[in-house]
Amino acid sequence: MNNFDYQRAGSFDEAIRQITAKNDTKVVAGGTNILDLLKYFLTSADRLIDINHTGNHHDIRETESGGLHLGALATNAETAYHPLVESRYPLLAQSILAGASAQIRNMATNGGNLLQRTRCYYFYDASSPCNKREPGSGCSAIPGYNRIMAILGTSEHCIAVYPSDMSVGLAALGAVVNVRGPQGDRSIPFSEFHRLPGETPHLDNNLQHGELITGIDLPQKGFAENYSYLKLRDRNSYAFALISVATGLELDGDIIKDARIALGGVAHKPWRIPEAEQFLTGKPAVRESFAACADIVLQGAVPYKYNSFKIEMAKRAIIRNGMMALDPSSQLPGAQPSV
Amino acid sequence: MAAPELRSINLNINKEQHVLQVLPWVSLLDALRDHLQLTGTKKGCDHGQCGACTILCDGKRIVSCLTLAVMKDGASITTIEGIADGEQLHPLQKAFIEHDAFQCGYCTPGQICSAIGMIQEGKAKTRAEVKELMSGNLCRCGANIGIIDAIMEVMEGGSNE
Amino acid sequence: MSVQPSIGKSLNRLEGHLKVTGAARYAGEYPGENLVYGYIANSTITKGKIKSINTKTALSLKGVIEVFTHKNRPSLAWFDFQYADMDAPPGAAFKPLADAEIKYNGQPIALVVAETFELARYAATLINVEYEEDTFETNLIDNLDKARSPKLGLATFLKPPPTKPVGNYQKAYEESYAKASGEFYHGTEHHNPLELFATTTIYEKDGKLTIYDKTQGTVNCQIYVANVFGLKYKNVQVISPYVGGAFGSGLRPQFQLFFSVMAALELKRPVRVTLDRHQMFTFGHRPPTLQRTHFGADTTGKIQALHHAAYAETSRFEDYTEVVVNWSNVLYPSKNTLMEYKIVPLDVFSPLDMRAPGGSTGSHAIESTMDELSYALNIDPLELRLINYSEIDESTGRPFSSKELRQCYLQGAEKFGWSKRSPQTRSMKRGNKLVGYGMATGIWETMQLPARAEAQLTKDGKLHVLSAITDIGTGTLTVMTQIAADELGLSMEDVSFSYGDSKMPFAPIQGGSFTVSTVGSAIKAAGSALRHKIYKKAQAIKGSAWKNLKIEDVVFNGGCVSLKKNLSDTISFREIIAANKGRMIKTTNLSLPKSFKLKKYTRAAHSAAFVEVEVDEELGVINVTRALTTVAAGRIINPKTARSQILGGMIWGISKALREETITDHEMGKYMNQNLAEYHIPVHADLHELEVVFVEEKDDIVNELGTKGVGEIGLVAIPPAIANAVFHATGKRINQFPIHFDSLL
Repeated sequence: MNNFDYQRAGSFDEAIRQITAKNDTKVVAGGTNILDLLKYFLTSADRLIDINHTGNHHDIRETESGGLHLGALATNAETAYHPLVESRYPLLAQSILAGASAQIRNMATNGGNLLQRTRCYYFYDASSPCNKREPGSGCSAIPGYNRIMAILGTSEHCIAVYPSDMSVGLAALGAVVNVRGPQGDRSIPFSEFHRLPGETPHLDNNLQHGELITGIDLPQKGFAENYSYLKLRDRNSYAFALISVATGLELDGDIIKDARIALGGVAHKPWRIPEAEQFLTGKPAVRESFAACADIVLQGAVPYKYNSFKIEMAKRAIIRNGMMALDPSSQLPGAQPSV
Repeated sequence: MAAPELRSINLNINKEQHVLQVLPWVSLLDALRDHLQLTGTKKGCDHGQCGACTILCDGKRIVSCLTLAVMKDGASITTIEGIADGEQLHPLQKAFIEHDAFQCGYCTPGQICSAIGMIQEGKAKTRAEVKELMSGNLCRCGANIGIIDAIMEVMEGGSNE
Repeated sequence: MSVQPSIGKSLNRLEGHLKVTGAARYAGEYPGENLVYGYIANSTITKGKIKSINTKTALSLKGVIEVFTHKNRPSLAWFDFQYADMDAPPGAAFKPLADAEIKYNGQPIALVVAETFELARYAATLINVEYEEDTFETNLIDNLDKARSPKLGLATFLKPPPTKPVGNYQKAYEESYAKASGEFYHGTEHHNPLELFATTTIYEKDGKLTIYDKTQGTVNCQIYVANVFGLKYKNVQVISPYVGGAFGSGLRPQFQLFFSVMAALELKRPVRVTLDRHQMFTFGHRPPTLQRTHFGADTTGKIQALHHAAYAETSRFEDYTEVVVNWSNVLYPSKNTLMEYKIVPLDVFSPLDMRAPGGSTGSHAIESTMDELSYALNIDPLELRLINYSEIDESTGRPFSSKELRQCYLQGAEKFGWSKRSPQTRSMKRGNKLVGYGMATGIWETMQLPARAEAQLTKDGKLHVLSAITDIGTGTLTVMTQIAADELGLSMEDVSFSYGDSKMPFAPIQGGSFTVSTVGSAIKAAGSALRHKIYKKAQAIKGSAWKNLKIEDVVFNGGCVSLKKNLSDTISFREIIAANKGRMIKTTNLSLPKSFKLKKYTRAAHSAAFVEVEVDEELGVINVTRALTTVAAGRIINPKTARSQILGGMIWGISKALREETITDHEMGKYMNQNLAEYHIPVHADLHELEVVFVEEKDDIVNELGTKGVGEIGLVAIPPAIANAVFHATGKRINQFPIHFDSLL
């Protein structure tokens, strides 16, 4: 960690002015990711703007359109345990609670969660070439030990995986990210918030310089009856996903009326294929339907030397999570596989 | 850039008011350990990956390594040194001793602070839920069974899975 | 009322209060006046030379006091032997900052000393290094052709080489009715105690050093520091009262000790050096090991042939070895054996003993091959072990000093419900989970080393005992106090134990499950000698009344010496001290293993592990839902702390089989998951029902206490039992640890 100046911003507008006024000014909210990165010297700052004391953006409230607004500064724990989230968007609550640890969820904010950086080993090793950390230096993960890396949407420049669980839930629910910048406010559909690596793996998302997340809006539909978040990882808790799946189903008897499926652990962003969801519409809610849907989701998947298992694991996880969504009461703590 | 300056911050720690002069880059954990000699809060990884530095900040359990001391100016903090009531141990501390819920003792302060935070949160009812919500605290000696037994004993109304 | 013996009682840890209140201080937590902080910079290349190292920018920062590199390292001991500690393998110990040569990735290349930790850490990144890179090799499997026999040395005293071949294994194996073989691979593992390695060196006014160090051997570090820095032993005091786990990583002086002492001597002020978690991956580790086995049996299941070969990594500079292949013929008689152990030097730091070194590696190959053999024979795995139960150690022809392994098997099977196991794989299910039962045998050699202890009858008539031994969380303080208490018939409250200080009577490093047998024996010897001294004083005070008595005629209990025949004829310790003009009575004694007698026997603790796993049939996710370890380890001094030791070993076993691994990128020659987020040790949510049973075992031979040690034996049998249970559940034999659940898809 380099030494930096520290200031508390009184408002988001003030914070935005400060970010744009001076180079290498960064923002801290929960701190759980940026302090980690600063201590590893993976990022640096001349100035750190603390936005925790801006007075608003902590709230969770219903929106005029019948959805729910999650303030950017509400913590992950406040969000997951909020009565309206628990009752109307339990899929989101589950996905949040599958991530990190209780202590970190007490600190980490919703805005920060969306901005957390990859856990790629090579990104974290400052002496390895990494296009995300140092554009143009090369990707060490492609020829390296890539068991945890991506299988979808990769590029020859980067195969890193985006690590957030909450974002997988938000992607499935079709959330909208509200941002404010020097040019004012705008909204970004969740599917367009994070980026694929392409030629620019150093960019994780489409926030512009000086823009801050102010909140996240959830649409009215929360799939509160039939939902499940499944996380497959190398230990039962407190580990990043190898594969995770968020599934929301709307059923009419045994028939699927509407479905949402998003995958984590497979790409540079939460992976959602609308065609696969449309395929499920009108199909019976049985294994075979989810299996056929899984094939569509995984179309185009490209494995690397150590992660070819992820394709089959993702398919099976989609199938299982579909079945788990039919019986949410069976779900276990830590998003472990059940029924 | 201008050299960052020392900041004067106020921390209420274990019901005592402290005024501290720190640079912005000092983590809350290092402020406690190096500046206040409150070494009961442990550093096991410094990156939020082990839970040894868990403390209660404004009533909530957090890892003190991933926050800056300056960010907590004005906060109320309880560390392991403030858990007992004088010589009277907290029920969890007693239960940890009875259940031999530690060996080397290095993760213990974090485990106890975390368990107190967890009980206050009120989200864990079963043993399986306690295990999940305590999983942010690693123990390398393998005292896990004693730790969970001790917590279950203290949690009234907690049922075993 | 008379004081009852403490040995055998389940007592709480005596330091418990300090540990649950945060008052227990660890090495990196000792204050010092004008204390400064050292931070180590590490090599980013794997092999080569430092062409240039520029510390100017780092030094220019206000508050940076000094940067040490190989360019300005003070002139220190020259010879290799001066760097060799008690646990040094044959070869030349690593000498920090000795020259420009880079031997492994992460090698310490500089120490920044600054007024604050943050500044030292930052300044370390400003050191500019130019390297000349060499090609390197870190992959064991790619270099098996370079395997060779290890050199012998002092440390191999406790690590005997494989026994000589017996009979004709090849022929016997080929002619066997049933055969089982396997190839087993274990990757690198790092100890990762939760406490980061740290040393606080206090430079005293007279130039003496008081060193608070995270170590498993205070005397070992004292000698190392004195030798390396050319100091008198009496001017170096190493203290480590609380050690936040070590598991072998503290058996040798770690380089933060060297750096802290070097800087304190040069700067003449207190210096603390604490490693970061990623630096905890830059020294000793459990070496990656490839094993091959071939076991053959006749139609009755009797083993005819045993072949066990191991190829293990070592560094280029030391021949680290483990006892991996010596165990199978101790457990299972066979007339034809071939045991091979070879090492492969690679560009890594020297491996280092990690909990149950060798044994926990070898047991996997042996016990999973036994499991495989049981299927080839269609004999129950437990039955196969009973058919091949060794009454003597056939590998040496010696009898066992004691061996209650049969009871471990039988009591374990009964308690676990082994009879409910259906023999076929994939035959037991619970919902969508496949259920598997697996079992395995564990063995760990019982050792004893020389040690001294001091016993004092203090001015207030209480007992105080002293030893330089550490307590790394094993319960040493409590157990030693129990042993001392019983020696003088005192209650625990009247006994205190001082430890963790090199100024105290000599103790070897703490490891190998030999601490209770070693230091406990010394305390027993000192206690016994003190008893004689007290008795002599009592006799003198009592005058003619006790003149013709022998020590056997009196009893020590409750702080009094009393006549056995007439307990009211008594004299208290206080009275004795008063008669001694208020001065304490003390004695220091040496306890030596009775080697002549001991070498006639094979001495070992045994265990049997029974494990139930659930494997998600579709997803492969594995949970150890139940595990039971039955242990025969001689006398158990404190069942409560001993149980914790076994549970800790079992959890380590679960971790070894299913969780932890150091991931190496061999193209880069470096470890990639140097953190606790991706180096997965088990979390609470991973651990379910674990049980421990101690089987009665009396052993009059191992040592006077009859103890065998419990630090390792809890681990040894669990990994193969898990692998065998996974096979039983799924029909898949995964011989690579940790078993990734995706390998079961």
